[in-house]
Amino acid sequence: MPSLDDYKGIDPAWCPGCGNFSILDTFKEAMVEMDLEPHQLTVVSGIGQAAKFPHYIRCNTFNGLHGRALPVAAGIKLANHKMKVFVTTGDGDCYGEGGNHLLHNIRRNLDIKLFVHDNQIYGLTKGQPSPTSMEGIKFKIHPFGVLSEQMNPMALAVALDCSFVARAFSGDQEHLKGIIKEAAEHKGFALVDILQPCVTFNKVNTFSWYKERVYQIEDGYDPTDRLAAFEKALEWGDRIPLGIIYKNQRPIMEERIPMISKEPLIRHSFDQKKIEETLKEFY
Amino acid sequence: MDYSIRITGEAGQGIQTIGGSLAKVFARSGYHVFTHQDYESRVRGGHNFYQIRFSDAPVMSSRDGIDLLVAMDSAGIDRYLSGLTENGLVIYDSKTLRQKHEDPNFLDVPFSDLAVEHGGNKIMANTVATGAVLGSIRMDTDIFLDILKHTFSKKGDEIVQGNIDAAKAGHSYAVGNCWKCSFDLAPVSGPKMLIAGNDAIGLGAIASGLKFYSAYPMTPSTGIMNYIAGKEEEYGIIVEQAEDEIAAVNMAIGASFAGVRAMTGTSGGGFALMVEGISLAAMTETPVVIALAQRPGPATGLPTRTEQGDLEFALYSAHGEFPRIILAPGTPEQAFHLTNRAFEMAEKYQVPVIILTDQYLADSQWTFDKFDTDKLKYTDRRLRGDALKEQGIYNRHTCTEIGVYPMAIPGESRHLVVTDSDEHDEEGHMIEDSETRIKMIDKRLFNKLPAIKKDIAPPAFYGSDTPDIVIIGWGSTYGLLKEAVDVLSKDLNISMLHFSEMYPLPEIEKFNYLDILKRAEMTICIENNATSQFARLIRTWTGFEFSNRINKYDGRPFTLESLIGEINAIIG
Repeated sequence: MPSLDDYKGIDPAWCPGCGNFSILDTFKEAMVEMDLEPHQLTVVSGIGQAAKFPHYIRCNTFNGLHGRALPVAAGIKLANHKMKVFVTTGDGDCYGEGGNHLLHNIRRNLDIKLFVHDNQIYGLTKGQPSPTSMEGIKFKIHPFGVLSEQMNPMALAVALDCSFVARAFSGDQEHLKGIIKEAAEHKGFALVDILQPCVTFNKVNTFSWYKERVYQIEDGYDPTDRLAAFEKALEWGDRIPLGIIYKNQRPIMEERIPMISKEPLIRHSFDQKKIEETLKEFY
Repeated sequence: MDYSIRITGEAGQGIQTIGGSLAKVFARSGYHVFTHQDYESRVRGGHNFYQIRFSDAPVMSSRDGIDLLVAMDSAGIDRYLSGLTENGLVIYDSKTLRQKHEDPNFLDVPFSDLAVEHGGNKIMANTVATGAVLGSIRMDTDIFLDILKHTFSKKGDEIVQGNIDAAKAGHSYAVGNCWKCSFDLAPVSGPKMLIAGNDAIGLGAIASGLKFYSAYPMTPSTGIMNYIAGKEEEYGIIVEQAEDEIAAVNMAIGASFAGVRAMTGTSGGGFALMVEGISLAAMTETPVVIALAQRPGPATGLPTRTEQGDLEFALYSAHGEFPRIILAPGTPEQAFHLTNRAFEMAEKYQVPVIILTDQYLADSQWTFDKFDTDKLKYTDRRLRGDALKEQGIYNRHTCTEIGVYPMAIPGESRHLVVTDSDEHDEEGHMIEDSETRIKMIDKRLFNKLPAIKKDIAPPAFYGSDTPDIVIIGWGSTYGLLKEAVDVLSKDLNISMLHFSEMYPLPEIEKFNYLDILKRAEMTICIENNATSQFARLIRTWTGFEFSNRINKYDGRPFTLESLIGEINAIIG
């Protein structure tokens, strides 16, 4: 039985009060409660404050390039689909730099869990707008305010028929833990957008800004109804829904590849002599 | 005997089918064959050709003179008639081309009519044409009919029989109507294997235990993905089409990290997108093999044509200082073995290895008696199973004298595998301090380099042992240079130095090629690019400057005659 101590990593270098701390603690608790050992999971990340996450727990880790966590995760999952693969990333890393990979990994539907720590700003580069920054907010490099429309990752994911789409809030850890566990136990690609205040640079979307707006999706909501899900995904502003917005039972890619129906690729043996037979095809 | 056949036509007219079948017939008969393709970047229309040279002696380049021109379009006649040899022959269908030639060098074969009459479908005109070529050179149709049976077996007996009848009709028409046909074929015995560069790379990768190939389609590298995908199920390989080349290289790195041999392939433009990934492979010390099939740039350039323009790009691609290995095969056989080398070296040194080819080698077919599979290596250097479980402590980036620490398979034990694109400590966690930074640079770069350098094979040296003239080349020009030496040796004291293990440059301890160059009166560096990139590499690393250079940068390969002409012009 794993304990929280098993997951204790190096000391985080985040700003005091950062929303990432509670996501980190909650993630560890969720892993322990799901009886997962550190060596049974690989956490892949890109670059950004959220991408430092795997160093602050103990697990197999691939901290890759900015925006490129998902393709690395896909390669790992295809090579070893018995591995639990998580991606921790931020709104800039995933929705900005890595946007194309997000679209196509939703399509692939590998059993990968993508947690986007969404603070609606670039923290590591000290305060530029991210794709989820709200239109009109002024930044040093945007003296007239952000002119591009705010991206809606939830609506995007529902539109692409993403297997599991949810939103959580770093300020509601019990709820967040439930979502992490549901995502982990769901079979298919899961996108969890985790709202998280940036205490240093985001003076608009603060802890209290979120606290006043978020609400848990009401009982009786049917997350398998795609049209209703799209409507729910569009909610933003005065009221921001938290919970599972959409899920479906699309078959996962790794179960549709006959070569790995018995053993993951990493366990396949190799017989070099076999090439003799193939060479004959060239005569 | 040494004959060249050029099949010309629009894209979509089946000239690849005709050329491919003929090349196979000649190879199976036992002739030495060399083919190369010239095609435009379009699916239908335009003008393409497929050239086959075959002989009873080894051939490894294309020649200018055409002995037999198969014209499926009129442009073929307009453009290449002047290249016809004295006893050369043009085979065409006057009805389809709507032009009639009375010259005795022309053989009018009603491809379409014979196809309809004997095969039952106009579409079999290609089969008639192939049969007519075989009839013109007085070869029988047995092997061709076997090929047809195999090719069309899935389409049913009727189609097979139709093609057989069409082939026979074309053959007997040519035998009965070609007075001018004076081809004299030397007796040979077969069969020989026939293989193109791209297939050889795919085959070499499979023979090296490849388990994962991710790529985005890009000419002329796509053939590698096609070949491997065809063997996916048989060999238990996953081929994944990536959303872009950035994903392709990152996926391959992910799969390699997870514990399997992984590869990607592309051309210059896609490679440009991959370079950050190459830097990632270097920093995380994750083995990855990248095939870079060059085509002329900049930008989209000439998508279906050839150039050796990306050597320096491959050499200096990606930010930061780290070791890399660049291999540039000169023949499909070398492509097969060097792909195996690429995997072995990538695993041994945990570095990115680039296989540098070009459209010319990618699409050219060569014949060989056999590939020597005894030379293949497979060394599993991954820590797995009991060996891993018994390991006391595991730190992925432990510093060692040779710079390499075994890669553990994540999840196979309680050990954790941690790596980072940030500078990191031995465990794999990000650091900022200067002491660790220096230690890790030493590990990755300086500790690995001596062994890598020692491992690099010397260039191929062919011709006179003490030459007055040395012609130098790399990669796909191997066959051209070798044949040029054969031709020029009759009058000159000449030899060839050909580099296929390009970088790090071979050391001179094993074989002092610099000494040979310095002693020669004339050293001519031959490159399919505009600025002699290899000459610059040699000068940078050795200080040696070649006395002369030959460059070709029109997007086409050298032909044997054109190359010899340029060498003679320099020698005077």
